[in-house]
Amino acid sequence: MRVSLFVTCLVDSLFPEVGVSTVRLLRRLGAEVDFPENQICCGQPAFNAGYHPEARAVAEGWLDAFSSSDHIVSPSGSCGGMVVHGYEELFADDPTRLAQAREVRGKVYELSQFIVEVLGLEDVGARYPARVTYHPSCHATRLMGVGDAPVRLLRRVKDLEFVELPFAEECCGFGGTFSVKMGDVSTAIVSDKIRHIQETGADLVVGTDMGCLMNIEGRLRRIGSPVRVMHLAQLLEEGVQ
Amino acid sequence: MTVHPATMKERAAEALHNDFLREAVKITTDKFFAGKALAQRSLGDWEAWRERGRAIRAHVLAHLDYYLGQLIDQVKSRGGKVHLCETAEDAVQVIVDIARARNARSVIKSKSMVTEEIQLNKALEAIGVRAVETDLGEYIIQLAHETPSHIIAPAIHKTKKDVAELFSQVAGKPIKDDTDTLTNFARQKLREEFLTGDIGITGCNFAVAETGSVALFTNEGNGRMVTTLPPVHVVVMGMERVVPTFEDLEVMMNLLPRSGTGQKLTSYVTVITGPRREGEVDGPEEFHLVIVDNGRSRILRDPEFREALQCIRCGACLNVCPVYRQIGGHAYGWVYPGPIGAVITPLLTDDLDRWGDLPYASSLCAACAEACPVKIPLHDMLVRHRVRYVAAGKTPPAERMAFRLYKRAFTSPRRYRLAFKTAVTFQRPLVKDRHLSARLPGLAGWTAGRDFPAAAPKRFRDLWPGLAAEARQMGGADHE
Ligand code: SF4
Repeated sequence: MRVSLFVTCLVDSLFPEVGVSTVRLLRRLGAEVDFPENQICCGQPAFNAGYHPEARAVAEGWLDAFSSSDHIVSPSGSCGGMVVHGYEELFADDPTRLAQAREVRGKVYELSQFIVEVLGLEDVGARYPARVTYHPSCHATRLMGVGDAPVRLLRRVKDLEFVELPFAEECCGFGGTFSVKMGDVSTAIVSDKIRHIQETGADLVVGTDMGCLMNIEGRLRRIGSPVRVMHLAQLLEEGVQ
Repeated sequence: MTVHPATMKERAAEALHNDFLREAVKITTDKFFAGKALAQRSLGDWEAWRERGRAIRAHVLAHLDYYLGQLIDQVKSRGGKVHLCETAEDAVQVIVDIARARNARSVIKSKSMVTEEIQLNKALEAIGVRAVETDLGEYIIQLAHETPSHIIAPAIHKTKKDVAELFSQVAGKPIKDDTDTLTNFARQKLREEFLTGDIGITGCNFAVAETGSVALFTNEGNGRMVTTLPPVHVVVMGMERVVPTFEDLEVMMNLLPRSGTGQKLTSYVTVITGPRREGEVDGPEEFHLVIVDNGRSRILRDPEFREALQCIRCGACLNVCPVYRQIGGHAYGWVYPGPIGAVITPLLTDDLDRWGDLPYASSLCAACAEACPVKIPLHDMLVRHRVRYVAAGKTPPAERMAFRLYKRAFTSPRRYRLAFKTAVTFQRPLVKDRHLSARLPGLAGWTAGRDFPAAAPKRFRDLWPGLAAEARQMGGADHE
């Protein structure tokens, strides 16, 4: 099965190792991975901030980059959500681009969603001895409909003790420019998230969106917490024996 | 009235310092939300109910003229008077005139956000009429000269001690701060008011067009007193709050309390149809329906925001909003807090300079839209507001510049590469352990409370050729 990696600009330039893990994991699971090199960003930062002409210019580049892909897999539900949900709004007045966006919509998957729903796998053969909790990112849950796919994958990892996160579905407070514009409120929200993470006694918090994970990790580091943050792709890939 | 700072950011900062408020808001909204989950299940297919609710509200909005016409005819045929008011001032004038005509000295009120919106109490005071809020929460905040901080639980932010202090002032002697004493005191006081009120003013959860009835959902029973004891009953309703039939009302009765407080039904549902008729022992002599537009027809004409009028004011979007849960309702500055407030306040007031920053009080997590029983796409609307704010040139120049640069860098692989290299060069002195913990200009909002990751030494796309080679070595068929 041919899969095009939608790496996202955040992973590309801040967390390339997550992209590497995603590729290796997908390959181990039998997929052929290609990387459309003209992709840069899906346009979400400008879209959410209300700069739609700018967002459109960037999003057009994204559409062109992925026009010939069969399956498009992203390690971020938020960026996937931009394509499946945001483009509808963004290109409402541009029939050509809208048609293109609708065509591509059915091909976009968040990584765990792709593994569970398309590859039909829950046990990827990984072993990872740690106490782990999971933060389901808002856009993965609400815009991509990822559901419990990541948890199902985690529960099948050998030696991994999975602990439910209280108030899991509450936002971590990232929200792109929100985290800068209303930094204090955003920090207050992520502080609650961290309190809940600490309540689980987990060594590790896993997610599938680097925006949220960067927010959570940034706060954990600032308060000197030993809890580590990992993308699901890294955990599954590192854990494969 | 408490004076709040001018911007959302400042009001939020103020609220963040109030630990009691933050804790109280979280506890109450958690309770409501947990109740909602339970009450929702008891109804069966919640999504189907939401869709039914949405369809009813959308249908009414699409035919609002028709249903308002029907409602007005029905109210009149049952002996009620109807006043269609285009502005807040018009509505206030109508009610002031009614009060004058009756030589009213006191007005008892229940359940009305619209009267907050049109600032009715102030106008009544100005002509020497005392207005008394009789919902316990409203009564408390009226004594404190504040505005509601939650749609359903307006005094969510007050401690028992606060309430005891307020009541002690009224009583002229100390009142103990235990729940029984407090509720008994309020009951006693309000009872006197019920018996002496010249006019009863209520809001209206819904008006039923087919019969000209108005329905009030309440939990304290005071709504019944307000609508039956005084000789005059004035109902103040937002123009959009119509449902066609009683069957539709039933759907709303199922959706509203479940979504808001997690109740299957409110303790009282009062349905009133016109004034007292001959031979009836209860009910007012006069019945007035004041229908307030105050910006609503402007929203109705706006395809990007029309659905906001579907709102049934259940408060579910507040209960799940991470921002509201941190800062409470007053930070939103006006009558309607939370996500729905951030959407409708700029629309109703038509004042971008004063209220255009509300739509930024959201992380766009979409929990509000998911919670909304009538499926208003609140998070999409928050973005649409931002688009208009940007288009109106209201955002800071540095931000506009940043997004211009974003567009330039992110539409050309060559410029993107250059921007990345520049970032890597400039960050060098600030990086420690792959993070930037210094306060960075432009990122201060972030770095005040969190570390920021440094740009990687090499981007993923720079690593890709190696990864592709890895696949070839493994004998994979990638990239041939
Ligand atoms: S927007 Fe929806 S959830 Fe919020 S108060 Fe209105 S009906 Fe309730």
